[in-house]
Amino acid sequence: MRVPLEWLHEYCAPDLDVFALAERLAMTGTEVERVETHGVSGLEHFVVGKVLDARQHPDADRLRVCQVDTGDGECSQIVCGAPNVATGQTVAVARPGAVMPTGVRLKVAKLRGQLSNGMILAEDEVAIGIDHDGIMVLSDGLAAGTPLTEVLPLSTDVLVLEITPNRPDCLAVYGIAREAHAATGAPLAAPPWTRDPGVPGPVADARVTVECPDLCPRFTARVFEDVTVGPSPAWLKARLMAAGQRPISNVVDVTNYVMLLIGQPLHAFDLDRVAGGELVVRRARDGETVRTLDGQARTLTSDMVLIADDDGPTSIAGVMGGARSEVSQATTRVLMEVATWDGANVHRTSLALGLRSEASGRNEKGLAPEQAMDAQVLATQLMIEVCGARVAPGTIDVGYSEPTRPAAAIRLRDARVSGLLGVEVPRSRSAEILTALQFTVADAADGLDVTVPAFRRADVTREADLIEEVSRLGALQDLPASLPSRRGASGRLTDRQRLRRHAADALTAQGLHEIIGWSFESPETAERLRLRDRFPIDLRNPMSAEQARLRTTLLGSLLDVAQRNRARGAAVVRLFEAGAVYAMRDDVPVEPYHIAALLIGPVRPPTWRDGAPPAADVFAAKGVLAGLLDAVRLPWTVRAADPPEPFLHPGRAARVDLGDRDAGWLGEIHPSVAALWDLTDPVAALELDLEDAAELLAVPRYRDLTSFPAVREDLAVIVADGVTAAEVIAIVREAGGALLTGAEVFDVYRDEQRIGVGNVSLALRLQFQASDRTLTDAEVATRRRKIAAALTDRLRGRVRDS
Amino acid sequence: MSALTDQIAAIEREASDAIAAAPGTAELEEVRIRYLGRRADLPNLLRGVAQLPPEERAATGRAANEARRALEAAIEQRAGELAAAELDARLLQDRVDVTLPADPLPALGRLHLMTRTQREIEDVFLGLGFNVAEGPEVETVYYNFDALNHAPTHPARLETDTYYLRQEGEFDLFDGDTRLLRVHTSPAQIHAMESGPPPLYIIVPGRVYRPDAIDATHLPQFHQIEGLAVDEDVTLADLKGTLLRFARAIFGDEREVRLRPHFFPFTEPSVEVDVSCFHCTQGITPDGRRCSVCKGTAWIEILGSGMVDPNVFAHVGAPGYDPERVQGFAFGMGIERIAMLRHGVTDLRLFYDDDIRFLEQF
Repeated sequence: MRVPLEWLHEYCAPDLDVFALAERLAMTGTEVERVETHGVSGLEHFVVGKVLDARQHPDADRLRVCQVDTGDGECSQIVCGAPNVATGQTVAVARPGAVMPTGVRLKVAKLRGQLSNGMILAEDEVAIGIDHDGIMVLSDGLAAGTPLTEVLPLSTDVLVLEITPNRPDCLAVYGIAREAHAATGAPLAAPPWTRDPGVPGPVADARVTVECPDLCPRFTARVFEDVTVGPSPAWLKARLMAAGQRPISNVVDVTNYVMLLIGQPLHAFDLDRVAGGELVVRRARDGETVRTLDGQARTLTSDMVLIADDDGPTSIAGVMGGARSEVSQATTRVLMEVATWDGANVHRTSLALGLRSEASGRNEKGLAPEQAMDAQVLATQLMIEVCGARVAPGTIDVGYSEPTRPAAAIRLRDARVSGLLGVEVPRSRSAEILTALQFTVADAADGLDVTVPAFRRADVTREADLIEEVSRLGALQDLPASLPSRRGASGRLTDRQRLRRHAADALTAQGLHEIIGWSFESPETAERLRLRDRFPIDLRNPMSAEQARLRTTLLGSLLDVAQRNRARGAAVVRLFEAGAVYAMRDDVPVEPYHIAALLIGPVRPPTWRDGAPPAADVFAAKGVLAGLLDAVRLPWTVRAADPPEPFLHPGRAARVDLGDRDAGWLGEIHPSVAALWDLTDPVAALELDLEDAAELLAVPRYRDLTSFPAVREDLAVIVADGVTAAEVIAIVREAGGALLTGAEVFDVYRDEQRIGVGNVSLALRLQFQASDRTLTDAEVATRRRKIAAALTDRLRGRVRDS
Repeated sequence: MSALTDQIAAIEREASDAIAAAPGTAELEEVRIRYLGRRADLPNLLRGVAQLPPEERAATGRAANEARRALEAAIEQRAGELAAAELDARLLQDRVDVTLPADPLPALGRLHLMTRTQREIEDVFLGLGFNVAEGPEVETVYYNFDALNHAPTHPARLETDTYYLRQEGEFDLFDGDTRLLRVHTSPAQIHAMESGPPPLYIIVPGRVYRPDAIDATHLPQFHQIEGLAVDEDVTLADLKGTLLRFARAIFGDEREVRLRPHFFPFTEPSVEVDVSCFHCTQGITPDGRRCSVCKGTAWIEILGSGMVDPNVFAHVGAPGYDPERVQGFAFGMGIERIAMLRHGVTDLRLFYDDDIRFLEQF
């Protein structure tokens, strides 16, 4: 909302400069986006001039060389291109030094060899109109040298306001005047609609029928005759321009002016183009079309309301008028419609049609029916003043009757004011504030009985709303800063939240940087990852195809980020992300919390004495996994993946269990998949679902420390190549019993000559220990034999003699 | 004095000289073999003691034994000296160029600036007695708008302002069950109140989504932290005090906050909260320029907040959210915005570009 200060001052003129006023409005609830100057500056250089002589330019067909008296006792030569300039005219002159709305400062210039000391002005050049057909010709009664600001509204500061959706009354200059009054105490002028030149009663030449009163609570109309359509006067055009509204014709300008001044939209019909002289307000029929003022044909549905005449639809109610009954230069009779519409219905209609207008933006808020007549009165004044019209007797007023009872008051309890705000506000102060805001107050036992003015009726319905009014104008600026008493409340993280923090910390400790990726992805990502049947969630209105779907894996964003960083020259990429992935499960959206990591490049930084550390591979991923899960004390196992994830290297992929639940995967990304992200080096990665992992956490229990020595032995076993280390270890542990306290593979060896084709030798390091005694050689030998026997029996393993 | 004892004394003298003169452990070993070895003179003399007349045996044997022990002790001592010297010499040979680069420690990774900021904010509110709650990102129209008292005409409901899910059947913007991506963390207020009676002190961090065109200050995805305190007597002044603690913890102990009236559908009264600029004095930087952080206004908007609207309590209803009996405040802030202000990051896009050179800085 643009509020020209010059216009505002007609109704409320606080003794503050524009910035102080803006600050005060901002601190009382009217957000000021910025303060602008509309029009020209360097005002002392704009004066009234008399054209003493105007001759053809010797070297330019379309220019005249004028001698202009600008009141300084001398005659200035000004070259002018306007076709209508003529000797004897009184004109508006900008002298050198004047600053035009474009910011250009005028200088003495030569035009085709002729000196020009400024400009003779057309209205569009000073942004008080749009006419560029010729210069402005002023009243001859004005003396040369008269400051032009006394004659024309050349310049005004403009408050550019951001009006919150609850305050349609502030989409109006008079509404802002009310706020300025309440915020500063400056007097508020009487509303401009108090003097009505029209009269109530029937109207001879027009009829209105409202068939859907639920959607049109009030419809008023007046008829104007002897209308002379033409340009508006300068003051009106200038105000519209400063408010950001383009002048069109006096009749249309009147409707816009009234809307901008008091916030109520209105529409002018050419009565002679209203077929049958009757308007019918009704629901549209499905498929009915209207050609709106902007020339577009709009197809309506039965949820929408239209205004029809004998020839069919002529206007979309509350949104936009129709082209057929538009006011034109030839119009002489006008039917002025001011109606109140159901806000929600206007909103849906304008949404469905994709058609938003100044009118719909106000009507959709649900305006007070009282305002309709206010606007009708104001429009009547202006139609007479500006368009030379005569108001026909009578006023059509359908659907509204004066309330028989006064509106119910809202009780504002003193105790509630201080109880909610945390500061005492005297009742007299509350009364003062509410009165300034045009509320009516009466004393009650425990507070005030407050009656809300019509223009605030939609917004202020409860005690809390009144407290907001008191707070914004009377309490906020000196509000104390206290703390809640917090009875029975204490703050702590849940196990799940702590697990997440620990998990992220465990990964940063291993040198991985955390990234934050997009929750969105392209459907193409799933194709590149060869994913099927993930039941992704798709967006109805994505910004782009790249962001049309919610991710089902964190891998996509990790690969995207790896690709970007590699392209920017990063040799080592060690990243992780933790966050939600998304899918539909049984038609319900789920958002499990995942954590995923990706590694490219050497596992350690190369140094001058170790120039080529190994590149991250599946075992590096497993190391990160172990570092992560051991740090957070989650029980885990890794097993061969069968079948592996489709995006993984089929020979270097594993599944990860947390407890006894499958929780994710690790491995190397399939080279063909990695290549789609321009990644040619091996890419190791893992992803885990940690959604329910906190359930596996337990408080660690103390285990007795033994001081009896451990016995360490090595054992090598030859097994078939398909047997996994995990299977071997499991059998060893089982056979080793309680005395076997450690077993791990420390060497893997293949040699066709020595151990045969298709075999592998695993060297194990075993540790035996008892908590209550030193083990004897005989005890250890017995265990070792049992282990060897189990490996032979169950895996056909051959234990090599050590 | 016999000739024999003279001989012993002579051997001892000679051997002592040789021990002292041995230049290294190898030479010392030769000396030992020469004087104390199986075929050396001294052991031979000792073996010959038996043939001596009885009156000489004792004295000669004693002399020989003493001489042997003395030599052994001298050799041991000399061996120690030589070993230490030789170790020093070897260590000197092992000299390195200490100006070569060190072996790097395993590199530490970094938490993302967003996460770091989120944790710091969480920790401030944990200290103030708030718990951390969570809520789904895929929400319904009911939780995202209706229960939060958004009028049917509220512009945020439009498809230009909210992401909706593609779904089977007819799409209805106004159906409470229609699914969408939450535009704020506020729906979590409703979930939290539905899950238990007051008193309730929570913050809710999380991702939110708005279909904004991408530029330096807008992204279709960002993070918010919601706050909600509901009790019998929580006041607007308590909101100010709580946010003052927050602002000082994050932006410095000298900060002040001010409340500016605003409108949010789910709070009444509603306020925007400004923190005094930490980059300038009254809008002017120390070098006399107009401050670019607060744009010369001396205040920086950091969040929106207010007292929970009675209609929101009414939507929750049981257990115990009677708007006549409980009241509270709510607030919501953008985590990235707080991080940008605090660390001087000028472009929001950096948060999701994830350039390692950016990630390493925090």
